[in-house]
Amino acid sequence: MKTNGFGTGFDGLGLTGDIGRRQLLKTGAAVGLGIGASALLPGASAFAADVPKKGGRLKLGLAGGQTTNTLDQARGGFGSPVERTVNYTLYNTLVEIAPNGQAVPEIAESWDIGPGAKSWVFNIRKDVTFHNGKEMTADDVVHSLRRHMGADTKSGAAGLLKEIESIEKLDKHQVRVQHATGNADLHYLLSDYHLAIVPAETTTVDGVGTGGYVLQTYEPGVRFVAKRNPNYWKEGRAHVDEVEFVVVNDDAARLSALQSGEVHGINRLDPKTVALLGRAPGLRIINSAGTAYYVINMRADRAPFDNKDLRLALKYAINREQMLDRLLRGYGTVGNDHPIAKSMPFFDAKLPQRTQDLDKAKFHFKKSGHSGALDLRTSTAAFSSAIDMAVLLKMQAAEAGIDINVVREPQDGYWENVWRSKEFMISYWTGRAVPDQIFTTAYYSKAAWNDTHWRNDSFDALLLAARTELDSAKRTQMYAEMQAIMQDDSGAIVPMFNNFLDGMRDAVKGDLTASNMELAGCRIAERCWLA
Amino acid sequence: MVLTRLIAKRLFGALVTLWFVTVLIFLAVECLPGDAAEALLGKDATPVAVENLRAELHLNDPPLERYVGWLSRVAVGDLGKSLTTNRPIAPMLATRLSNTLFLAATAAAIAVPLAIILGLVSALYRGTRLDRIISVLSLASISFPEFFVGYILLVVFALNLGWFPVLSGINADMGLGEQLHRIVLPALTLVCLVLAYMMRMTRAAVINVLSNPYIEMAELKGCSRREIIVRHAFVNAIGPVANVVALSLAYLVVGVVVVEVVFTYPGLGQWMVDSVSKQDILVVQICGLIFGATYIGLNLTADIVAVLFNPKLRHPR
Repeated sequence: MKTNGFGTGFDGLGLTGDIGRRQLLKTGAAVGLGIGASALLPGASAFAADVPKKGGRLKLGLAGGQTTNTLDQARGGFGSPVERTVNYTLYNTLVEIAPNGQAVPEIAESWDIGPGAKSWVFNIRKDVTFHNGKEMTADDVVHSLRRHMGADTKSGAAGLLKEIESIEKLDKHQVRVQHATGNADLHYLLSDYHLAIVPAETTTVDGVGTGGYVLQTYEPGVRFVAKRNPNYWKEGRAHVDEVEFVVVNDDAARLSALQSGEVHGINRLDPKTVALLGRAPGLRIINSAGTAYYVINMRADRAPFDNKDLRLALKYAINREQMLDRLLRGYGTVGNDHPIAKSMPFFDAKLPQRTQDLDKAKFHFKKSGHSGALDLRTSTAAFSSAIDMAVLLKMQAAEAGIDINVVREPQDGYWENVWRSKEFMISYWTGRAVPDQIFTTAYYSKAAWNDTHWRNDSFDALLLAARTELDSAKRTQMYAEMQAIMQDDSGAIVPMFNNFLDGMRDAVKGDLTASNMELAGCRIAERCWLA
Repeated sequence: MVLTRLIAKRLFGALVTLWFVTVLIFLAVECLPGDAAEALLGKDATPVAVENLRAELHLNDPPLERYVGWLSRVAVGDLGKSLTTNRPIAPMLATRLSNTLFLAATAAAIAVPLAIILGLVSALYRGTRLDRIISVLSLASISFPEFFVGYILLVVFALNLGWFPVLSGINADMGLGEQLHRIVLPALTLVCLVLAYMMRMTRAAVINVLSNPYIEMAELKGCSRREIIVRHAFVNAIGPVANVVALSLAYLVVGVVVVEVVFTYPGLGQWMVDSVSKQDILVVQICGLIFGATYIGLNLTADIVAVLFNPKLRHPR
């Protein structure tokens, strides 16, 4: 039986916007896949020339939905790919990540940042109504954020909002968010899909939002249908009359449905089969470089990896290009042992790319004084090719004389029993929009999810200083230093960033190239139109 | 009289078996690493969120208390709410179960008559080329794994010929005609899976009966071979055939999760697998109960059919 490998362990805070330029696979690479030139558009500018057309029914076949899915953003575990896409179809958030990766106003039409980025005042739009006709006000915004906070929340976004001291209504259309230590990127946090704006007085979340589509039918893990919201406040969005998402977790079935034309588009193309798509006319591949990455974690607080030379030996032993090529057929970007993707702000292009260097690997390995095999834990719970990655790593490390023993762990309990506890294991992060977020979540020494148990005092100090630094040049310098520190010292090996691959029929128009998440940042329903 | 006693006895046995099934499933889910709260939160889990969710789902209660509580609620027909979605289980169950039964019934409506006819033909022309062709084809069809058969059917009939859709998911908005059209391919896959067992058993049972003296008698009286097989041999072979048919039908209900995945068909199997992975014990229990009841019910039916057709069984020595 062939199923997808992302059934469990969604990284719930996957606020994966990346800022700056879009990373697109455009004409050149697509031609390399053998797609006829007629199936291609020269680039994003060509979409802009097209005038959006109203009407039609969009049908997508989506991977990553289970019968256990829910509409409630504050329920633990919310955040599968289908849940996110449904969420952005029905709801809006305060801030939107634009196709170019910038945080732009959505429900909040503007914001003012106080000194030290501690006090943020958001001005709420005045022309927004919920699907049930109720006017949307500051009360709804306050409620929508507060339900992810406090002692009794079950929300996956609890960690994200941990340092928010208070959220209060100033008047009917103004909300103040007080951050305990200050955070210059707070608006990026508020674009997270958990933080959708729901009506204040409802106790159960039932799909009534302010989004471009109104819920018709939802059978979790099977099918979702929504009709265009006739009162949608956003100009130039939500063109199609009706959208239908069918959950198709099987890779082969999803691809077949796209080829036969039963659906207009699908997500999560398997990199191994993308080349086959070239045979089918009328299709295009949307390749979005994101901030998601695969990672090999070494626990830096415990033997044997409390030894920096052993960590460096492994970092030098790995052939990242080969991994990217074998595991993702090149649909990704080589990593540099820190979590900042090329497309993110503050990415340091001057930091030399680490490549396989067997001499250095041998040197550090010898210096570490370690002997014997290292147990590397892996499971398809992390990602579908995690086993292949471990085996490849074993072979590459063997070239440097390092003996690795691959241990396959069951999917059940991988996050509870292996992640954050075992010395050497394979994991992933969906990445974050800005460096502060991913550093704070996964590499700050006091973070709950510091999964390598790495502690570097100068890194910590820089992190806290950069967070409230409003001078962009100084911030850039600080983040560059942090990337260098991580590359040299941390317990994380980041071999690659993995791309999102969507397949669309030519009838689906619009700029669908968001770089934060798949399917135009999961906002495909309101961003596309049908020819 | 014998029949009512048999049914009463077997029904009592069925209840005990079903109860035992619930205990087994409960213990099995308990043995899985982690619990529903951790499975749900996955990598998101912060200690506070896990604790809150555990408290809400009553996962901190002692296991015995949870089990007895569940059993007493189900006994009065309250299936409760899913641990993961917080939605009532009963309506979900109704949709899923009717989908599963619809697919199983369609497949059975093709497979059972076809298997029996092919079995009779094989017995009738035993040893001929026709017999061998039927055997080879039907054995080949069960020898392939179901996803392989499914993918082949998809490629040929959905992608190349375009006769049937790739996605078989049905919903209430569709008419019966469209629903049937959609499930042709999964139903055919299932037919391939169960056909051979029933066909071979029919053939073997009929051939077995054919060696009896009363068949020789019928032959000597001048009955045609066809008449002998259909009227004298098959009727006496129904017992074992009914048993295999019952097992095959049960398989159509409980064993089709792979077919559901390949054809994107929203049936019980997929629901149960999703629920196991999130350790939603309430849903797993209900699915287990239904699967158990299906086996028990169909076996009971097979026994009753055997008794009805074979008077000898009504007077056990």
